[in-house]
Amino acid sequence: MRSLLRLAVIVLVLLPGSAFALDIQPVTSPGGVHAWLVEDHRNPILALTFSFRGGESVDPEGKEGRARMVSGLLDEGAGNLDSQAFQKALADNSITLRFDSRSDRFSGRLVTLTETRETATDLLRLALTKPRFDPEPVERIRAQISASLRRDLQSPQTIAGRTWWATSFPGHPYGRSGDGTLDSIEAVTAADLHAFTDAVLAREDLMIGAVGDISAEDLGTLLDQVFGGLPEASEAPTVADVTPVHGGETIVVDMEIPQSVVVFGQGGIDREDPDWYTANLLNRVMAGGFGSRLMEEIREKRGLVYGVWAYLLPLEHAPMMMGGLASQNARVAEAVDLVRREWARMAEAGPTQAELDDARTYLLGSFPLSLTDSGGIASILVSLQENERPIDYLDRLQEIYGGITLEDARRVAAKLYQAKELTVVVAGQPIGIEPARPSSGG
Amino acid sequence: MRLPLTAGRLLGLAILFLTLAAPARAGVFDPTAFTLDNGLQVVVVENDRAPVVSHMVFYKVGSADEEKGKSGIAHFLEHLMFKGTDTVAPGEFSAIIKRIGGQENAFTTYDYTGYYQNVAKQHLGRMMALEADRMANLKLPADQIAPELEVVREERRSRIDNDPSSLHGEQVNAATYLAYPYRIPIIGWEDEVAALTRADAEAFYRTWYAPNNAVLVVAGDVTPDEVRRLAEDTYGKIPARAVPDRTALRGGEPEQLAARRVEGTHPRIDQPSWSRRWLAPGQVWGDSTETPALEVAAEILGGGTTSRLYRALVVEQAKAVYAGAGYSPSGLGPQTFAVYASPRADVSVEDLEDAAEAEIGRLLRDGVTAEEVDAAVTRMTRGAVFSRDDSLAPARVFGTELAAGGTVADVEEWPERIGAVTPDDVLAALRKVLVDRRSVTSVLRPEPRS
Repeated sequence: MRSLLRLAVIVLVLLPGSAFALDIQPVTSPGGVHAWLVEDHRNPILALTFSFRGGESVDPEGKEGRARMVSGLLDEGAGNLDSQAFQKALADNSITLRFDSRSDRFSGRLVTLTETRETATDLLRLALTKPRFDPEPVERIRAQISASLRRDLQSPQTIAGRTWWATSFPGHPYGRSGDGTLDSIEAVTAADLHAFTDAVLAREDLMIGAVGDISAEDLGTLLDQVFGGLPEASEAPTVADVTPVHGGETIVVDMEIPQSVVVFGQGGIDREDPDWYTANLLNRVMAGGFGSRLMEEIREKRGLVYGVWAYLLPLEHAPMMMGGLASQNARVAEAVDLVRREWARMAEAGPTQAELDDARTYLLGSFPLSLTDSGGIASILVSLQENERPIDYLDRLQEIYGGITLEDARRVAAKLYQAKELTVVVAGQPIGIEPARPSSGG
Repeated sequence: MRLPLTAGRLLGLAILFLTLAAPARAGVFDPTAFTLDNGLQVVVVENDRAPVVSHMVFYKVGSADEEKGKSGIAHFLEHLMFKGTDTVAPGEFSAIIKRIGGQENAFTTYDYTGYYQNVAKQHLGRMMALEADRMANLKLPADQIAPELEVVREERRSRIDNDPSSLHGEQVNAATYLAYPYRIPIIGWEDEVAALTRADAEAFYRTWYAPNNAVLVVAGDVTPDEVRRLAEDTYGKIPARAVPDRTALRGGEPEQLAARRVEGTHPRIDQPSWSRRWLAPGQVWGDSTETPALEVAAEILGGGTTSRLYRALVVEQAKAVYAGAGYSPSGLGPQTFAVYASPRADVSVEDLEDAAEAEIGRLLRDGVTAEEVDAAVTRMTRGAVFSRDDSLAPARVFGTELAAGGTVADVEEWPERIGAVTPDDVLAALRKVLVDRRSVTSVLRPEPRS
């Protein structure tokens, strides 16, 4: 079988401004499992990252938190290994195995030394294909998630965030927290957990990135061992596309804390939209750390915050643009007002040529910094595939960003930044902020 | 100059790595270390995985070196270091880094203050010139001080005042040290932070920021020769200055004769938590030969889901949602060995505390097995292989080590020292440290409902 391994052309990715090349090889296993590989034999380590379609947004109503529970339980017993035996095998072999749920995807990460790779392969195969969900670990992980919820539900960040999403997405899974509630976590049964893995863990729409001490041929064998036993078709339910409710509301959740915590946001832009890249540059101008407009106006000039941020969040079914800050109750109104003012200023006039150029050189220059460790590179390989980017995408960055003009930037800014649509949630006891629709509790 | 290693040590390392079946390679990172004429220590770790470098400068001064009444000044100065020099405008250094796609940040701890830039390798020389400039020529424009102090106060509100666990942590910390300055929060007490001035920042800068009180570390795609040349052209031009003896200024910590207990409640706490800590030797303080045994002990008792505490309290007795132990020898002052746990919904803190005490008692009575030590040592030393994977990470490892009183050899020989620990070492070290009268117990629970 090994000779049947099909190897496509090796794609050389040249990073802008340097002769550095990242060799990304598309690998298809004898059994037909696809992955992207960066071979690197400097250290005897393999990092494998992968993701499936279906995440927290497919949690049934009333059982929110199910995907998160699965992510905590897949390494707690599988096949003939009970929870402690499975954990001991991981620990004794220094194997890192983690699962994680996001809104629309369920992902995993394996890091192993070459000497323990066979054991790691076997443990990962068992976790994905024969999870046990025994009563002891299920109750233990349930207790851990409930405890962490009891902490989170007292945190202004969590309360402001949950209020924001519930307000913007009534009746849609995005309006419910993927972390669940104390009641919904209690409601999840072992059968629900099995239903999730049966439906979601499939080879359809599976994205895999591998980095490190492995040949394409050996990776092909490993892919079949790990993923070959999964069903071909994903039965993850389809989630409806949705448009968020944007009334430009300001909501205050009363909390007795010295510093108000603010979450704000509005609709964003699809990754498939040709203007996505321009929007990315605009976000750098608006909120890309020191020297960005929000940092300058709100932190540097006035000392209103320690941090203020904004980012594009291209959810599968509703692209968003989110942000946040925290400021003492007495001055938070001024900080929020400045966000709205900067939003309006960007929509009206766009960035300056200098701001646009700086954002561009930042984006092109920063990329190599995410390529310093195996796990980081593996994550990038998966996210490129999730975003349906071509395998030579990194090589095209110069071309993609180089062509964006000031005129493009102004046009996209006028379309993207809608100060009137900005929904703002403040948790705290802000002075001088009038709630447009008062709300109590998270 | 390569790091001097004796033949005996090399042999020891080779044997260790053979048993691990890891690559036959001496040391962990194989750095090159040298010192400039003005006393600046330099460490270079080559790795050409990506065409980037991490450039870090650590000053051997932290919050534990502040004058009485000036808590927070080390951290406030760290913020003000971005406000320019005689020739660089406020924020300009950051703007330059941003334009080239670099990352930067700074951090303050009890024992040191660090600044770094991660950039494409061709920009290293410029970063070194700018960092050296602010080592000697910081200028603090009057109009920058007040807003930045407000930023720091907002940072304190975010990290501490808004968070009941952090507020409680400050109380526990202050109770752990009677005299040693680790009792004071790094970010400072709110009233003292509010009163900090430009003069305070300038005095702290002039006292402590000197090349002979700093460590330069560069990791990534660069050669030691190039770093030496660039360092001599930049940092090398700054004259050495006398710096106070910070160990003497900090003073000591009296022997603890009575167990302490800090109990707190808060309306925004729903999930109780419990912990107990004991003052312990560190790499500088006390008997530092005990530190490897304590590291192994913490791994066996509370490192991860197969540790004794997790297995007993979380899995078998189902009393806790989490349980673990922690110990790090890093730092100039007295360190702590800690165990912690948080109860399940139907379990009282007292019940959990009894169970934790029983587990600790069993450990102190019976010790640990050779199998437990072997498994822990293998896990810990394998970590050294994983730590080589990130081409920039070694910069922080060496900066932290050297700025907190350690040496390059301490890092490179760590696997060897951990590998030499025996079950008897573990038991002896634990019996010396985990003494009741030297414990500080912390409980944080919900406010009683009326």
